[in-house]
Amino acid sequence: MPVAAQPGRPAVALPAAAALALARAGFARWATYRQAALAGMFTNTVFGVIKLSVLLAIIKQTGGTVAGYDRDQLSTYVWMSQALIAVVAVFGSSDLAQRVRTGDIAVDLARPLDLQLSWLATDLGRAAYAVFARGVLPMVLGGALFGFSFPTDPAAVALLAPAVLLAVVVSFACRFLVNLAAFWVVEIRGPLTIYVLTTNLLCGLIIPVQLFPTWLKVLAYATPFPWLLQAPCDLATGQSRGWAAAGTVAAQLAWSLALLALGRLVLARATRKLVVQGG
Amino acid sequence: MVETSSRASPAAPSVARAYGAVIRSRVAAQTAYRGSFAFEVVGQFAIGLVDFSEIYVVFHQVRAFGGFRFAEVALMFGLATCAFTLGDIAVGHVERLPDYVRSGQFDAMLLRPLPALGQLVTSDFSLRRLGRFAFALVVLAASVSRAHIHWTPARVGLLAVTPVAGAVIFCAIFVATATVSFWLVEGTEFANAFTYGGNYLSSMPFTIFDRAVRSFFTFVVPAAFVGYLPALALLGRDDPLGLPSWLSWSGPLVALLAAAVAGLVWRTGLRHYVGAGS
Repeated sequence: MPVAAQPGRPAVALPAAAALALARAGFARWATYRQAALAGMFTNTVFGVIKLSVLLAIIKQTGGTVAGYDRDQLSTYVWMSQALIAVVAVFGSSDLAQRVRTGDIAVDLARPLDLQLSWLATDLGRAAYAVFARGVLPMVLGGALFGFSFPTDPAAVALLAPAVLLAVVVSFACRFLVNLAAFWVVEIRGPLTIYVLTTNLLCGLIIPVQLFPTWLKVLAYATPFPWLLQAPCDLATGQSRGWAAAGTVAAQLAWSLALLALGRLVLARATRKLVVQGG
Repeated sequence: MVETSSRASPAAPSVARAYGAVIRSRVAAQTAYRGSFAFEVVGQFAIGLVDFSEIYVVFHQVRAFGGFRFAEVALMFGLATCAFTLGDIAVGHVERLPDYVRSGQFDAMLLRPLPALGQLVTSDFSLRRLGRFAFALVVLAASVSRAHIHWTPARVGLLAVTPVAGAVIFCAIFVATATVSFWLVEGTEFANAFTYGGNYLSSMPFTIFDRAVRSFFTFVVPAAFVGYLPALALLGRDDPLGLPSWLSWSGPLVALLAAAVAGLVWRTGLRHYVGAGS
Protein backbone atom coordinates (compact mmCIF):
# COMPACT_ATOMS: atom_id res chain seq x y z
CA MET A 1 0.00 0.00 0.00
CA PRO A 2 1.50 3.38 -0.92
CA VAL A 3 2.04 5.46 2.18
CA ALA A 4 2.47 9.21 1.90
CA ALA A 5 4.87 10.67 4.44
CA GLN A 6 3.00 12.95 6.84
CA PRO A 7 2.81 16.31 5.07
CA GLY A 8 3.73 19.37 7.03
CA ARG A 9 5.00 17.31 9.93
CA PRO A 10 6.24 19.72 12.62
CA ALA A 11 10.03 19.75 12.89
CA VAL A 12 11.10 17.64 15.83
CA ALA A 13 14.06 18.84 17.82
CA LEU A 14 17.15 16.76 18.47
CA PRO A 15 17.80 16.23 22.20
CA ALA A 16 21.45 16.56 23.23
CA ALA A 17 21.63 12.96 24.42
CA ALA A 18 20.41 11.67 21.06
CA ALA A 19 22.82 13.95 19.21
CA LEU A 20 25.72 12.64 21.27
CA ALA A 21 24.70 9.02 20.73
CA LEU A 22 24.46 9.59 16.97
CA ALA A 23 27.84 11.32 16.87
CA ARG A 24 29.34 8.40 18.79
CA ALA A 25 27.81 5.96 16.33
CA GLY A 26 29.20 7.97 13.42
CA PHE A 27 32.63 7.84 15.03
CA ALA A 28 32.44 4.10 15.75
CA ARG A 29 31.18 3.23 12.28
CA TRP A 30 34.29 4.63 10.65
CA ALA A 31 36.69 3.48 13.35
CA THR A 32 36.29 -0.11 12.14
CA TYR A 33 38.22 0.61 8.95
CA ARG A 34 41.76 0.95 10.27
CA GLN A 35 43.56 -0.36 7.21
CA ALA A 36 41.57 2.04 5.06
CA ALA A 37 42.54 4.97 7.30
CA LEU A 38 46.21 4.05 7.01
CA ALA A 39 46.01 3.65 3.25
CA GLY A 40 44.15 6.94 2.91
CA MET A 41 46.71 8.75 5.01
CA PHE A 42 49.51 7.38 2.85
CA THR A 43 47.81 8.61 -0.31
CA ASN A 44 47.06 12.04 1.19
CA THR A 45 50.73 12.33 2.11
CA VAL A 46 51.97 11.42 -1.39
CA PHE A 47 49.63 14.00 -2.93
CA GLY A 48 50.79 16.50 -0.31
CA VAL A 49 54.40 16.08 -1.41
CA ILE A 50 53.44 16.71 -5.05
CA LYS A 51 51.30 19.74 -4.16
CA LEU A 52 54.07 21.24 -2.05
CA SER A 53 56.63 20.69 -4.84
CA VAL A 54 54.42 22.71 -7.20
CA LEU A 55 54.06 25.57 -4.71
CA LEU A 56 57.77 25.63 -3.82
CA ALA A 57 58.63 25.80 -7.53
CA ILE A 58 56.46 28.94 -7.69
CA ILE A 59 58.20 30.75 -4.84
CA LYS A 60 61.58 29.79 -6.28
CA GLN A 61 60.61 32.03 -9.23
CA THR A 62 58.90 34.80 -7.30
CA GLY A 63 61.66 35.33 -4.74
CA GLY A 64 60.55 33.43 -1.66
CA THR A 65 56.92 34.42 -1.22
CA VAL A 66 53.70 34.32 -3.19
CA ALA A 67 50.40 36.00 -2.28
CA GLY A 68 51.61 36.45 1.31
CA TYR A 69 52.77 32.85 1.77
CA ASP A 70 56.37 32.01 2.59
CA ARG A 71 57.92 28.55 2.44
CA ASP A 72 56.76 27.36 5.86
CA GLN A 73 53.30 28.82 5.41
CA LEU A 74 52.92 26.99 2.10
CA SER A 75 53.93 23.78 3.84
CA THR A 76 51.41 24.46 6.59
CA TYR A 77 48.71 25.10 3.99
CA VAL A 78 49.53 21.85 2.18
CA TRP A 79 49.50 19.63 5.26
CA MET A 80 46.48 21.34 6.80
CA SER A 81 44.49 20.98 3.57
CA GLN A 82 45.57 17.36 3.08
CA ALA A 83 44.62 16.60 6.69
CA LEU A 84 41.17 18.15 6.16
CA ILE A 85 40.33 16.19 2.97
CA ALA A 86 38.69 13.36 4.88
CA VAL A 87 37.44 15.57 7.72
CA VAL A 88 35.34 17.83 5.49
CA ALA A 89 34.68 15.01 2.98
CA VAL A 90 35.91 16.98 -0.04
CA PHE A 91 35.06 14.08 -2.34
CA GLY A 92 31.39 14.13 -1.34
CA SER A 93 29.15 11.46 0.10
CA SER A 94 25.98 9.76 -1.08
CA ASP A 95 24.68 7.79 1.95
CA LEU A 96 21.53 9.87 2.25
CA ALA A 97 20.79 9.58 -1.48
CA GLN A 98 21.19 5.82 -1.19
CA ARG A 99 18.56 5.72 1.56
CA VAL A 100 16.23 7.78 -0.58
CA ARG A 101 16.72 5.41 -3.50
CA THR A 102 16.06 2.29 -1.44
CA GLY A 103 13.13 3.86 0.37
CA ASP A 104 14.82 3.50 3.78
CA ILE A 105 14.37 7.24 4.10
CA ALA A 106 10.74 6.56 5.09
CA VAL A 107 12.03 4.86 8.25
CA ASP A 108 14.30 7.84 8.97
CA LEU A 109 11.39 10.23 8.51
CA ALA A 110 9.23 8.21 10.88
CA ARG A 111 11.76 8.59 13.71
CA PRO A 112 10.88 11.15 16.37
CA LEU A 113 14.11 13.02 15.62
CA ASP A 114 14.86 15.84 13.27
CA LEU A 115 16.21 14.24 10.08
CA GLN A 116 18.69 16.95 9.11
CA LEU A 117 20.09 17.48 12.60
CA SER A 118 20.47 13.77 13.30
CA TRP A 119 22.42 13.32 10.04
CA LEU A 120 24.51 16.34 11.03
CA ALA A 121 25.27 14.75 14.42
CA THR A 122 26.33 11.51 12.74
CA ASP A 123 28.50 13.44 10.29
CA LEU A 124 30.21 15.36 13.10
CA GLY A 125 31.06 12.00 14.69
CA ARG A 126 32.52 10.83 11.40
CA ALA A 127 34.53 14.03 11.10
CA ALA A 128 35.85 13.71 14.66
CA TYR A 129 37.17 10.26 13.84
CA ALA A 130 38.72 11.57 10.62
CA VAL A 131 40.59 14.27 12.54
CA PHE A 132 42.43 11.61 14.51
CA ALA A 133 42.67 8.85 11.93
CA ARG A 134 43.31 10.85 8.79
CA GLY A 135 44.39 14.29 9.94
CA VAL A 136 46.94 14.23 12.70
CA LEU A 137 49.61 12.00 11.21
CA PRO A 138 50.06 13.67 7.76
CA MET A 139 50.13 17.01 9.55
CA VAL A 140 52.80 15.99 12.06
CA LEU A 141 54.85 14.02 9.53
CA GLY A 142 54.54 16.61 6.76
CA GLY A 143 55.24 19.46 9.15
CA ALA A 144 58.31 17.73 10.60
CA LEU A 145 59.75 16.87 7.18
CA PHE A 146 58.90 20.02 5.24
CA GLY A 147 58.46 22.80 7.81
CA PHE A 148 55.52 24.25 9.65
CA SER A 149 54.58 27.71 10.77
CA PHE A 150 52.60 27.77 13.97
CA PRO A 151 49.93 30.46 14.08
CA THR A 152 50.96 33.16 16.56
CA ASP A 153 47.90 35.35 16.45
CA PRO A 154 45.78 34.64 19.57
CA ALA A 155 42.48 35.11 17.72
CA ALA A 156 43.53 32.67 15.00
CA VAL A 157 44.67 30.07 17.54
CA ALA A 158 41.48 30.38 19.57
CA LEU A 159 39.24 30.22 16.50
CA LEU A 160 41.03 27.36 14.70
CA ALA A 161 38.97 24.56 16.27
CA PRO A 162 35.63 26.37 15.75
CA ALA A 163 36.69 27.05 12.13
CA VAL A 164 37.32 23.34 11.50
CA LEU A 165 33.97 22.48 13.11
CA LEU A 166 32.12 25.04 10.99
CA ALA A 167 33.97 23.83 7.89
CA VAL A 168 32.45 20.40 8.52
CA VAL A 169 29.01 21.97 9.00
CA VAL A 170 29.26 23.96 5.74
CA SER A 171 30.42 20.83 3.94
CA PHE A 172 27.61 18.78 5.51
CA ALA A 173 24.97 21.33 4.55
CA CYS A 174 26.20 21.32 0.92
CA ARG A 175 26.32 17.52 0.72
CA PHE A 176 22.86 17.29 2.31
CA LEU A 177 21.47 19.51 -0.45
CA VAL A 178 23.19 17.54 -3.22
CA ASN A 179 21.89 14.27 -1.75
CA LEU A 180 18.35 15.63 -1.63
CA ALA A 181 18.45 15.63 -5.42
CA ALA A 182 17.78 11.90 -5.06
CA PHE A 183 14.15 12.72 -4.29
CA TRP A 184 13.77 13.97 -7.86
CA VAL A 185 16.31 11.92 -9.89
CA VAL A 186 17.13 8.23 -9.45
CA GLU A 187 20.88 8.44 -10.00
CA ILE A 188 22.71 11.38 -8.40
CA ARG A 189 26.12 10.59 -9.91
CA GLY A 190 25.77 13.51 -12.33
CA PRO A 191 24.96 16.22 -9.75
CA LEU A 192 27.51 14.69 -7.35
CA THR A 193 30.30 14.78 -9.97
CA ILE A 194 29.58 18.41 -10.73
CA TYR A 195 29.51 19.23 -7.01
CA VAL A 196 32.83 17.48 -6.30
CA LEU A 197 34.49 19.10 -9.31
CA THR A 198 33.37 22.61 -8.41
CA THR A 199 34.27 22.17 -4.75
CA ASN A 200 37.72 20.73 -5.44
CA LEU A 201 38.58 23.66 -7.67
CA LEU A 202 37.06 26.47 -5.61
CA CYS A 203 37.63 25.32 -2.01
CA GLY A 204 41.40 25.72 -2.27
CA LEU A 205 42.22 22.03 -2.32
CA ILE A 206 44.36 22.05 -5.45
CA ILE A 207 46.02 25.42 -4.94
CA PRO A 208 45.30 28.21 -2.38
CA VAL A 209 42.48 30.53 -3.43
CA GLN A 210 44.77 33.56 -2.83
CA LEU A 211 46.88 32.47 -5.83
CA PHE A 212 43.90 32.47 -8.21
CA PRO A 213 43.55 35.19 -10.84
CA THR A 214 41.03 37.81 -9.67
CA TRP A 215 38.07 36.59 -11.74
CA LEU A 216 38.42 33.07 -10.34
CA LYS A 217 38.84 34.37 -6.79
CA VAL A 218 35.64 36.40 -7.12
CA LEU A 219 33.86 33.34 -8.49
CA ALA A 220 35.16 31.20 -5.60
CA TYR A 221 33.98 33.61 -2.91
CA ALA A 222 30.55 33.79 -4.53
CA THR A 223 30.18 30.12 -3.47
CA PRO A 224 30.32 28.55 0.01
CA PHE A 225 33.26 26.35 -1.01
CA PRO A 226 36.28 28.36 0.24
CA TRP A 227 34.66 28.27 3.70
CA LEU A 228 34.88 24.51 3.88
CA LEU A 229 38.64 24.21 3.37
CA GLN A 230 40.48 27.45 2.66
CA ALA A 231 39.03 29.14 5.77
CA PRO A 232 40.56 26.84 8.45
CA CYS A 233 43.81 26.79 6.42
CA ASP A 234 43.85 30.60 6.47
CA LEU A 235 43.74 30.58 10.28
CA ALA A 236 46.51 27.98 10.50
CA THR A 237 48.81 29.71 8.01
CA GLY A 238 48.31 33.20 9.42
CA GLN A 239 46.58 34.47 6.28
CA SER A 240 43.74 35.69 8.43
CA ARG A 241 44.51 37.21 11.84
CA GLY A 242 42.72 39.18 14.53
CA TRP A 243 39.47 40.71 13.28
CA ALA A 244 39.98 39.01 9.92
CA ALA A 245 40.03 35.65 11.71
CA ALA A 246 36.81 36.56 13.53
CA GLY A 247 35.33 37.63 10.19
CA THR A 248 36.31 34.29 8.64
CA VAL A 249 34.51 32.32 11.33
CA ALA A 250 31.50 34.68 11.21
CA ALA A 251 31.23 34.10 7.46
CA GLN A 252 31.42 30.34 8.00
CA LEU A 253 28.64 30.60 10.58
CA ALA A 254 26.48 32.66 8.23
CA TRP A 255 26.96 30.18 5.36
CA SER A 256 26.26 27.25 7.71
CA LEU A 257 22.96 28.70 8.89
CA ALA A 258 21.88 29.77 5.40
CA LEU A 259 22.71 26.40 3.82
CA LEU A 260 21.12 24.41 6.65
CA ALA A 261 17.96 26.52 6.35
CA LEU A 262 17.91 25.96 2.59
CA GLY A 263 18.35 22.24 3.22
CA ARG A 264 15.30 22.21 5.52
CA LEU A 265 13.25 24.05 2.93
CA VAL A 266 14.18 21.60 0.18
CA LEU A 267 13.66 18.62 2.50
CA ALA A 268 10.15 19.86 3.36
CA ARG A 269 9.27 20.06 -0.34
CA ALA A 270 10.84 16.66 -0.97
CA THR A 271 8.94 14.87 1.80
CA ARG A 272 5.66 16.40 0.64
CA LYS A 273 6.02 14.63 -2.68
CA LEU A 274 7.55 11.43 -1.27
CA VAL A 275 5.46 8.32 -1.76
CA VAL A 276 7.03 5.09 -0.65
CA GLN A 277 5.79 1.93 -2.33
CA GLY A 278 4.98 -1.06 -0.15
CA GLY A 279 3.79 -1.06 3.38
CA MET B 1 41.54 -22.75 -3.23
CA VAL B 2 40.64 -22.41 -6.88
CA GLU B 3 43.17 -21.90 -9.62
CA THR B 4 41.66 -22.74 -12.96
CA SER B 5 42.96 -19.83 -14.96
CA SER B 6 46.14 -21.58 -16.13
CA ARG B 7 44.69 -25.08 -16.38
CA ALA B 8 41.79 -24.52 -18.71
CA SER B 9 42.99 -22.48 -21.66
CA PRO B 10 40.59 -22.74 -24.61
CA ALA B 11 41.63 -22.00 -28.17
CA ALA B 12 42.56 -18.39 -28.88
CA PRO B 13 39.76 -17.52 -31.37
CA SER B 14 37.04 -18.65 -28.96
CA VAL B 15 38.62 -16.62 -26.18
CA ALA B 16 38.69 -13.55 -28.41
CA ARG B 17 35.04 -14.17 -29.31
CA ALA B 18 34.09 -14.45 -25.65
CA TYR B 19 35.86 -11.20 -24.74
CA GLY B 20 34.38 -9.51 -27.81
CA ALA B 21 30.87 -10.42 -26.71
CA VAL B 22 31.54 -9.22 -23.16
CA ILE B 23 32.96 -5.90 -24.33
CA ARG B 24 30.08 -5.30 -26.77
CA SER B 25 27.58 -5.86 -23.98
CA ARG B 26 29.38 -3.38 -21.70
CA VAL B 27 29.38 -0.71 -24.40
CA ALA B 28 25.70 -1.27 -25.18
CA ALA B 29 24.80 -1.07 -21.48
CA GLN B 30 26.58 2.24 -20.97
CA THR B 31 25.20 3.99 -23.99
CA ALA B 32 21.62 2.76 -23.49
CA TYR B 33 20.61 5.94 -21.66
CA ARG B 34 21.85 8.49 -24.16
CA GLY B 35 21.03 11.62 -22.19
CA SER B 36 22.73 10.46 -19.03
CA PHE B 37 25.73 9.12 -20.97
CA ALA B 38 26.19 12.45 -22.75
CA PHE B 39 25.95 14.23 -19.39
CA GLU B 40 28.68 12.02 -17.93
CA VAL B 41 30.97 12.51 -20.93
CA VAL B 42 30.65 16.28 -20.52
CA GLY B 43 31.35 15.88 -16.78
CA GLN B 44 34.55 13.99 -17.55
CA PHE B 45 35.60 16.73 -19.98
CA ALA B 46 35.12 19.16 -17.08
CA ILE B 47 37.35 17.02 -14.83
CA GLY B 48 40.14 17.52 -17.35
CA LEU B 49 39.47 21.25 -17.29
CA VAL B 50 39.69 21.38 -13.48
CA ASP B 51 42.95 19.39 -13.52
CA PHE B 52 44.41 21.77 -16.06
CA SER B 53 43.31 24.82 -14.07
CA GLU B 54 46.16 24.14 -11.64
CA ILE B 55 48.73 24.71 -14.39
CA TYR B 56 46.78 27.77 -15.51
CA VAL B 57 46.88 29.22 -11.97
CA VAL B 58 50.59 28.41 -11.63
CA PHE B 59 51.35 30.34 -14.83
CA HIS B 60 49.23 33.19 -13.59
CA GLN B 61 51.91 33.56 -10.89
CA VAL B 62 55.12 32.74 -12.80
CA ARG B 63 56.39 32.75 -16.39
CA ALA B 64 58.56 29.66 -16.05
CA PHE B 65 57.72 26.61 -13.97
CA GLY B 66 60.57 24.26 -13.13
CA GLY B 67 62.43 25.85 -16.07
CA PHE B 68 59.65 25.29 -18.63
CA ARG B 69 57.23 27.60 -20.39
CA PHE B 70 53.43 27.25 -20.43
CA ALA B 71 53.23 25.43 -23.77
CA GLU B 72 55.96 23.00 -22.67
CA VAL B 73 54.25 22.12 -19.40
CA ALA B 74 50.94 21.85 -21.29
CA LEU B 75 52.68 19.36 -23.60
CA MET B 76 53.64 17.23 -20.57
CA PHE B 77 50.08 17.52 -19.25
CA GLY B 78 48.60 16.57 -22.64
CA LEU B 79 50.82 13.51 -23.08
CA ALA B 80 50.29 12.34 -19.50
CA THR B 81 46.53 12.87 -19.46
CA CYS B 82 46.00 11.17 -22.84
CA ALA B 83 47.98 8.19 -21.52
CA PHE B 84 46.23 8.09 -18.16
CA THR B 85 42.70 8.33 -19.53
CA LEU B 86 43.36 5.60 -22.12
CA GLY B 87 44.83 3.33 -19.43
CA ASP B 88 41.97 4.21 -17.09
CA ILE B 89 39.32 3.34 -19.71
CA ALA B 90 41.06 0.06 -20.52
CA VAL B 91 41.82 -1.30 -17.04
CA GLY B 92 41.07 1.43 -14.46
CA HIS B 93 38.24 -0.62 -12.98
CA VAL B 94 40.68 -3.27 -11.67
CA GLU B 95 40.72 -0.98 -8.63
CA ARG B 96 37.33 -2.49 -7.85
CA LEU B 97 39.01 -5.86 -7.26
CA PRO B 98 38.57 -5.58 -3.45
CA ASP B 99 34.78 -5.32 -3.91
CA TYR B 100 34.83 -8.44 -6.07
CA VAL B 101 37.01 -10.24 -3.51
CA ARG B 102 34.73 -9.26 -0.62
CA SER B 103 31.52 -10.19 -2.41
CA GLY B 104 32.90 -13.50 -3.69
CA GLN B 105 32.42 -12.44 -7.34
CA PHE B 106 36.14 -12.89 -7.87
CA ASP B 107 35.88 -16.55 -6.85
CA ALA B 108 33.28 -16.97 -9.56
CA MET B 109 35.69 -15.49 -12.10
CA LEU B 110 38.33 -18.00 -11.09
CA LEU B 111 35.93 -20.83 -11.86
CA ARG B 112 35.27 -19.69 -15.42
CA PRO B 113 37.51 -21.00 -18.21
CA LEU B 114 39.01 -17.59 -18.99
CA PRO B 115 42.00 -15.91 -17.29
CA ALA B 116 40.85 -13.99 -14.21
CA LEU B 117 42.70 -10.81 -15.17
CA GLY B 118 41.07 -10.85 -18.60
CA GLN B 119 37.63 -11.15 -17.06
CA LEU B 120 38.37 -8.46 -14.52
CA VAL B 121 39.56 -6.07 -17.24
CA THR B 122 36.56 -6.70 -19.48
CA SER B 123 34.14 -6.44 -16.55
CA ASP B 124 33.71 -2.74 -17.29
CA PHE B 125 34.86 -0.07 -19.73
CA SER B 126 34.09 3.41 -18.51
CA LEU B 127 33.43 4.99 -21.87
CA ARG B 128 32.32 8.22 -20.20
CA ARG B 129 36.02 8.86 -19.56
CA LEU B 130 36.40 9.52 -23.29
CA GLY B 131 35.29 13.02 -22.31
CA ARG B 132 38.45 13.56 -20.30
CA PHE B 133 40.52 11.99 -23.10
CA ALA B 134 38.99 14.47 -25.52
CA PHE B 135 40.05 17.34 -23.28
CA ALA B 136 43.59 15.93 -23.09
CA LEU B 137 43.73 15.67 -26.89
CA VAL B 138 42.73 19.34 -27.20
CA VAL B 139 45.51 20.37 -24.79
CA LEU B 140 48.01 18.12 -26.58
CA ALA B 141 47.13 19.48 -30.02
CA ALA B 142 47.29 23.10 -28.84
CA SER B 143 50.58 22.63 -26.99
CA VAL B 144 52.26 20.71 -29.83
CA SER B 145 51.54 23.60 -32.19
CA ARG B 146 52.85 26.21 -29.75
CA ALA B 147 55.89 24.55 -28.17
CA HIS B 148 58.22 25.28 -31.13
CA ILE B 149 59.04 21.62 -31.80
CA HIS B 150 61.66 21.02 -34.46
CA TRP B 151 59.95 18.16 -36.29
CA THR B 152 61.88 15.11 -37.48
CA PRO B 153 60.39 11.75 -38.54
CA ALA B 154 61.62 10.27 -35.25
CA ARG B 155 59.79 12.92 -33.23
CA VAL B 156 56.56 12.46 -35.19
CA GLY B 157 56.82 8.75 -34.44
CA LEU B 158 57.53 9.40 -30.77
CA LEU B 159 54.51 11.72 -30.48
CA ALA B 160 52.28 9.04 -32.00
CA VAL B 161 53.60 6.20 -29.83
CA THR B 162 53.94 8.03 -26.51
CA PRO B 163 50.25 8.19 -25.46
CA VAL B 164 49.89 4.47 -26.18
CA ALA B 165 53.12 3.55 -24.39
CA GLY B 166 52.06 5.77 -21.49
CA ALA B 167 48.67 4.06 -21.40
CA VAL B 168 50.42 0.69 -21.14
CA ILE B 169 52.55 2.04 -18.28
CA PHE B 170 49.41 3.20 -16.44
CA CYS B 171 47.71 -0.15 -17.11
CA ALA B 172 50.73 -1.83 -15.51
CA ILE B 173 50.54 0.48 -12.49
CA PHE B 174 46.79 -0.18 -12.14
CA VAL B 175 47.21 -3.95 -12.28
CA ALA B 176 50.31 -4.13 -10.08
CA THR B 177 48.80 -1.96 -7.34
CA ALA B 178 45.37 -3.62 -7.48
CA THR B 179 47.16 -6.86 -6.64
CA VAL B 180 47.75 -5.40 -3.18
CA SER B 181 44.12 -6.16 -2.38
CA PHE B 182 44.88 -9.89 -2.39
CA TRP B 183 46.67 -9.15 0.88
CA LEU B 184 44.89 -6.00 2.13
CA VAL B 185 41.20 -5.92 1.26
CA GLU B 186 40.74 -2.46 2.79
CA GLY B 187 43.91 -1.11 1.25
CA THR B 188 42.50 0.20 -2.04
CA GLU B 189 43.61 3.71 -1.30
CA PHE B 190 47.27 2.67 -1.27
CA ALA B 191 46.87 2.07 -4.99
CA ASN B 192 45.53 5.61 -5.49
CA ALA B 193 48.87 7.09 -4.45
CA PHE B 194 50.51 5.42 -7.46
CA THR B 195 47.70 5.46 -10.02
CA TYR B 196 46.11 8.89 -9.49
CA GLY B 197 49.27 10.18 -7.80
CA GLY B 198 51.31 8.94 -10.77
CA ASN B 199 48.94 10.71 -13.14
CA TYR B 200 49.18 13.99 -11.19
CA LEU B 201 52.95 13.89 -11.02
CA SER B 202 53.53 12.73 -14.59
CA SER B 203 51.91 15.87 -15.94
CA MET B 204 54.46 18.11 -14.20
CA PRO B 205 58.08 18.96 -15.03
CA PHE B 206 60.16 16.60 -12.88
CA THR B 207 62.59 19.43 -12.12
CA ILE B 208 60.22 20.63 -9.37
CA PHE B 209 60.53 17.41 -7.34
CA ASP B 210 63.30 16.48 -4.99
CA ARG B 211 65.70 13.67 -5.77
CA ALA B 212 63.99 10.86 -3.84
CA VAL B 213 60.55 11.54 -5.36
CA ARG B 214 62.07 11.87 -8.84
CA SER B 215 64.04 8.65 -8.65
CA PHE B 216 61.11 6.69 -7.25
CA PHE B 217 58.73 7.87 -9.97
CA THR B 218 61.32 7.24 -12.69
CA PHE B 219 62.87 3.90 -11.80
CA VAL B 220 60.32 2.17 -9.54
CA VAL B 221 56.99 3.55 -10.77
CA PRO B 222 57.95 4.73 -14.29
CA ALA B 223 55.68 7.81 -14.40
CA ALA B 224 58.49 9.99 -15.80
CA PHE B 225 58.33 8.06 -19.09
CA VAL B 226 54.71 9.12 -19.63
CA GLY B 227 54.94 12.91 -19.85
CA TYR B 228 58.15 14.60 -18.75
CA LEU B 229 60.84 12.53 -20.51
CA PRO B 230 59.10 12.16 -23.90
CA ALA B 231 58.33 15.89 -23.79
CA LEU B 232 62.07 16.56 -23.38
CA ALA B 233 62.79 14.41 -26.44
CA LEU B 234 60.11 16.22 -28.47
CA LEU B 235 61.44 19.62 -27.42
CA GLY B 236 65.01 18.53 -28.10
CA ARG B 237 66.10 19.48 -24.62
CA ASP B 238 68.55 17.66 -22.40
CA ASP B 239 67.34 16.69 -18.97
CA PRO B 240 68.36 19.56 -16.66
CA LEU B 241 68.83 16.88 -14.02
CA GLY B 242 71.39 14.98 -16.08
CA LEU B 243 69.56 11.81 -17.15
CA PRO B 244 71.03 10.55 -20.47
CA SER B 245 69.01 11.70 -23.48
CA TRP B 246 68.40 8.18 -24.82
CA LEU B 247 66.30 7.60 -21.72
CA SER B 248 63.84 10.23 -23.00
CA TRP B 249 63.20 8.02 -26.03
CA SER B 250 62.74 4.76 -24.13
CA GLY B 251 59.09 5.14 -23.08
CA PRO B 252 57.83 2.32 -25.34
CA LEU B 253 60.51 -0.07 -24.09
CA VAL B 254 59.80 0.82 -20.48
CA ALA B 255 56.10 0.22 -21.17
CA LEU B 256 56.81 -3.36 -22.26
CA LEU B 257 59.00 -3.92 -19.23
CA ALA B 258 56.35 -2.46 -16.90
CA ALA B 259 53.67 -4.69 -18.44
CA ALA B 260 55.87 -7.77 -17.89
CA VAL B 261 56.54 -6.83 -14.27
CA ALA B 262 52.85 -6.13 -13.63
CA GLY B 263 51.96 -9.54 -15.06
CA LEU B 264 54.46 -11.17 -12.75
CA VAL B 265 53.14 -9.27 -9.72
CA TRP B 266 49.58 -10.27 -10.62
CA ARG B 267 50.52 -13.96 -10.90
CA THR B 268 52.31 -13.87 -7.56
CA GLY B 269 49.29 -12.22 -5.95
CA LEU B 270 46.88 -14.69 -7.50
CA ARG B 271 48.92 -17.60 -6.17
CA HIS B 272 48.62 -16.05 -2.70
CA TYR B 273 44.89 -15.54 -2.96
CA VAL B 274 42.87 -17.71 -0.63
CA GLY B 275 39.50 -15.94 -0.80
CA ALA B 276 37.85 -13.57 1.61
CA GLY B 277 36.08 -16.38 3.45
CA SER B 278 32.73 -15.47 1.96
